[in-house]
Amino acid sequence: MTDRTALHALHQELGARMVAFAGWDMPVSYPLGVMGEHAAARERAALFDVSHMCQAELRGDGAVAALEALVPASIATLKPGKARYTFFTDADGGILDDLIVSNAADHFYLVLNAARREHDLGHMRAHLPDGVDLVERTDLAMIALQGPKAESVLAPIVPAAADLAFMETATAEIGGTPVRVSRLGYTGEDGFEISLPAEAAEALARRLLGHADVEAAGLGARDSLRMEAGLCLYGNDIDTTTSPVEAGLGWAIQKRRREEGGFPGAERILRELADGPARRLVGLRPEGRAPARAGTVIATADGRDIGQVTSGGFGPTVQAPVSMGYVESEHAAEGTDVALMIRGKAHPARVTTLPFVSHNYKR
Amino acid sequence: MTTYYTEDHEWLDVDGDVATIGITEHAAEQLGEVVFVELKEVGESFEKGDEIGVVESVKAASEIFAPVSCEILESNDSLADSPAEVNESPESDAWFYKIRLTDESQLEELMDEITYKKLIS
Repeated sequence: MTDRTALHALHQELGARMVAFAGWDMPVSYPLGVMGEHAAARERAALFDVSHMCQAELRGDGAVAALEALVPASIATLKPGKARYTFFTDADGGILDDLIVSNAADHFYLVLNAARREHDLGHMRAHLPDGVDLVERTDLAMIALQGPKAESVLAPIVPAAADLAFMETATAEIGGTPVRVSRLGYTGEDGFEISLPAEAAEALARRLLGHADVEAAGLGARDSLRMEAGLCLYGNDIDTTTSPVEAGLGWAIQKRRREEGGFPGAERILRELADGPARRLVGLRPEGRAPARAGTVIATADGRDIGQVTSGGFGPTVQAPVSMGYVESEHAAEGTDVALMIRGKAHPARVTTLPFVSHNYKR
Repeated sequence: MTTYYTEDHEWLDVDGDVATIGITEHAAEQLGEVVFVELKEVGESFEKGDEIGVVESVKAASEIFAPVSCEILESNDSLADSPAEVNESPESDAWFYKIRLTDESQLEELMDEITYKKLIS
């Protein structure tokens, strides 16, 4: 049995193709199709139901220290109204999940992957000291509005949205309903995530979809957009076998944490920051049209295995196949020629830097 | 000429021991926008059920299986350059292969149009 989000009936009304995803019945695409939905997010605005994601609040005097004991981001310097990307690490320096932490003034607001909900809540509860409370907000839904027109669509409804810069968050009201608007997303585009009471979600979604610039978009476009933007997907590109430094996420470990350590796996992670990791996550551009999907072996031009693709497919904006994967560091330089072993045949490809499509954030 | 259908949503236009094959509109719709087609070489022979090609949409790769045992006489090379044809005209221009049937009795195991339409309705 799969769970249904507050927008489930709307998805069906819109003719979405539904799939089971992390225990939820979610839209993978609408009649417009993945390409059109993807293009809407790049050129206008796309609306995604992201209510499957786990929303939680952390409260209490020791919340800063409790979080910093689990993640390598600097939480102490995260100002009210600011959001930060981080990850739970394990003692070996692997990644347990990635998440967004927002300083909501009197608490921290967390958004966690649906597929890791149970793990993450258990992990935090097992490590939180007395006096720090974790509350999951299953009463909330979440809508992502992504694309260059997101602000002009949302601001007439939530004026505060226009005042936010990338990775900023604020509370607001829509017709008396409290909402949280955060300027961030998973597409590489400007955009917002709006957290609101589940019972108010459908009305807001309909209002946004009523705008000529907005198209409903499903998990298919969400995946192709994030891949072109070079954003990692937990379970594909990052997991307990990959370190943040290998994954190119060193930027998310602020200076103070690098100096002080004090997070799980600090020994390995700090060593890799200093000396470089043995392998790196890179972008791969196949020369032909064949997409190289997760699991594809990456080899040198003369046939030696040097890594594996972790995400791959067709990039609708790039108009060509794109992949992300790990290669031994000596083969990670931009422009390195490699071979992708697709169905037993070597397909030439070139290492590139990520992202494939440059980010379009409002700084 | 008689048209047959398979449970894997392929069609065969059969004329004697020669057939043109492709995937049905229903299959193309289920796949979504096709971005890549990989076909086998002319002259290769396959048993019924063997993988004879791959069709990829933005999201996933799907294998194409030999609907009957056959030898490939001709493959539709235009699909490599314009895979979107599979969505536009799956049951005409976007045929995959012309094949020679090596066991015509296998046609008896396939569906006619009415039976196939019932399957997908």
